[in-house]
Amino acid sequence: MEILVCVKRVPDTSENEIEVNSDGTDIERDDLVYSVNEWDNYAVEEAIQIKDKVGGSVTVVTVGDEESEEVLRREMAMGADNGILLEDDAFEGSDGKGIAAILKAAVEKGNYDLILTGAQADDGAAQVGGMLAAMLDLPYASLVNFIDVSDDKKLKVGREIEGGNQEMNEIELPCVLSIQTGINEPRYVGIRGIRKVASVEIPTHGASDLGLGADAVGAGAAKVKRLDYFVPELGEGAEMLEGSTEEKVAKLIELLKAKGGIK
Amino acid sequence: MAQFFAYIVHKNGAADDSALELINAAKKIDPSAAVTAIVTGSGADLDKVADEVAASYPEVWKISNDALAYPNAEVVRKALLNNLPSDAVILMPHDTFGMDLAPGLSIKLDSAFVSDVADFEGVDGTDIKVIRQEFSGQVSTHVKVDMSGGAVITVRPGVFQPDESKSAGGSVTDKDAGDVSAKRKYLEVLVAEVGDVDITKSEVLVSVGRGIEDQDNLEIIHELAEAMGADVACSRPIVDAKWLEKSRQVGTSGLTVKPKVYLALGISGSFQHMGGIKGNPFIIAINKNPKAPIFQLADVGIEEDILEFVPELTEAINEAK
Repeated sequence: MEILVCVKRVPDTSENEIEVNSDGTDIERDDLVYSVNEWDNYAVEEAIQIKDKVGGSVTVVTVGDEESEEVLRREMAMGADNGILLEDDAFEGSDGKGIAAILKAAVEKGNYDLILTGAQADDGAAQVGGMLAAMLDLPYASLVNFIDVSDDKKLKVGREIEGGNQEMNEIELPCVLSIQTGINEPRYVGIRGIRKVASVEIPTHGASDLGLGADAVGAGAAKVKRLDYFVPELGEGAEMLEGSTEEKVAKLIELLKAKGGIK
Repeated sequence: MAQFFAYIVHKNGAADDSALELINAAKKIDPSAAVTAIVTGSGADLDKVADEVAASYPEVWKISNDALAYPNAEVVRKALLNNLPSDAVILMPHDTFGMDLAPGLSIKLDSAFVSDVADFEGVDGTDIKVIRQEFSGQVSTHVKVDMSGGAVITVRPGVFQPDESKSAGGSVTDKDAGDVSAKRKYLEVLVAEVGDVDITKSEVLVSVGRGIEDQDNLEIIHELAEAMGADVACSRPIVDAKWLEKSRQVGTSGLTVKPKVYLALGISGSFQHMGGIKGNPFIIAINKNPKAPIFQLADVGIEEDILEFVPELTEAINEAK
């Protein structure tokens, strides 16, 4: 099975405190730790496991800049066979639909049976997989947490739905699936593994290679534009306990007792 | 102004809570909006939901077809495309169904798409300004959406007040689903297994998140829970890592709990997690990241590393006994 996995380089929210810059135009990007979007990493692991079962190849693709190459190499060190970087100044300011249009053009340059994306990324939009599928006129399922590849014409997939329940579907190939975290246990990638793929050539395609005009991608085509970033105020905020650790422990125990939190 | 629609999620003949929230969401965009509800499905359940919703919406489109008995997003999308005007502004909840349906629907309608909207901040011509969150809720953004060619909008569940007035006295119109053939077939729903401890019944929960860092560290959580006489719950990353059973997970994709006291340890406080906490418990959050959204939602917060703080807390509780 020929599998394409769409990945994105994102700030790692478990490693960073995300702060808004002084004029609210962006987050503070200096000193941020970046990594592959967590959902995408599960998608790549799933693709590799499918390849190991039924043969074929795994290609990882990203829309980004030079720095996104490190993410492609990381996923190649996991076991992806090929990487493709889609980079062009014309892609700047693309909305979700623009990103999907860029990926669609890349999909059409290949011959893939299965296209995977993460269920969502740093912006929490959860949009690109479903848009890409619709643009390609392929069937789609989101939030996939189980894939059975015993048939070469169709897959049996499980979707994570409310309440921890799982919705089982049959979906014809080729198709697009967005992958939910927890579907597998992504393998560890060591420095040595990344070194091994450090010199592998990663082809780069721009707008003209992909046959994309300014009407389809970039800020000009975007119907959705981010205006600013700001720090949300969701409620009144918690009463913060202050003092030494000992004092905080004592205050907390008092509170817990008062609220019935200690039996 | 374009025509507004709300897609009604329903189950077992009853509309989802989002059905009434979408009315106020649409009115936040346009106070004079006459919103049309769309219900898809089949049989007596569909009739029941259509009648229920007509109390709150002036017009209800009922799309009945056996293929719509279960809401398979690929099938629903076709039924909607066969009926919606191309400049429709359609709202639906940002839940596991909305996430499945909405992005592809926006492409087929060639309309703008914006998801997980937490608030609307007015209209300027054909642009609407919305608020949504990024980076696991750590920052918010204003987003401008050009809805001149229609828009598909998913709305965060629970943030808009439900419109309980039920005074619409609306009419139900039957609509033809049309061709709804799809390349994805719904098979069945596998219901989550019940665990050894039923956290939905617990009065005190000690809930652990990503801040625990390593499976071996879970020991300190179990020790604290034992000292308090509480049960252990967790957020999604802990289940993803297979460190605790799915039956311990609190959140929209896990279980809904209603304890009296909820101690959130190393949990950032995503809306998916908080969505699983009901009954207005006393929430205490301990997290080393002062920017964690949980500090905006908890009653009491402590900025500490749980790996150091929790053992001291456990020891102090045990000593006090």
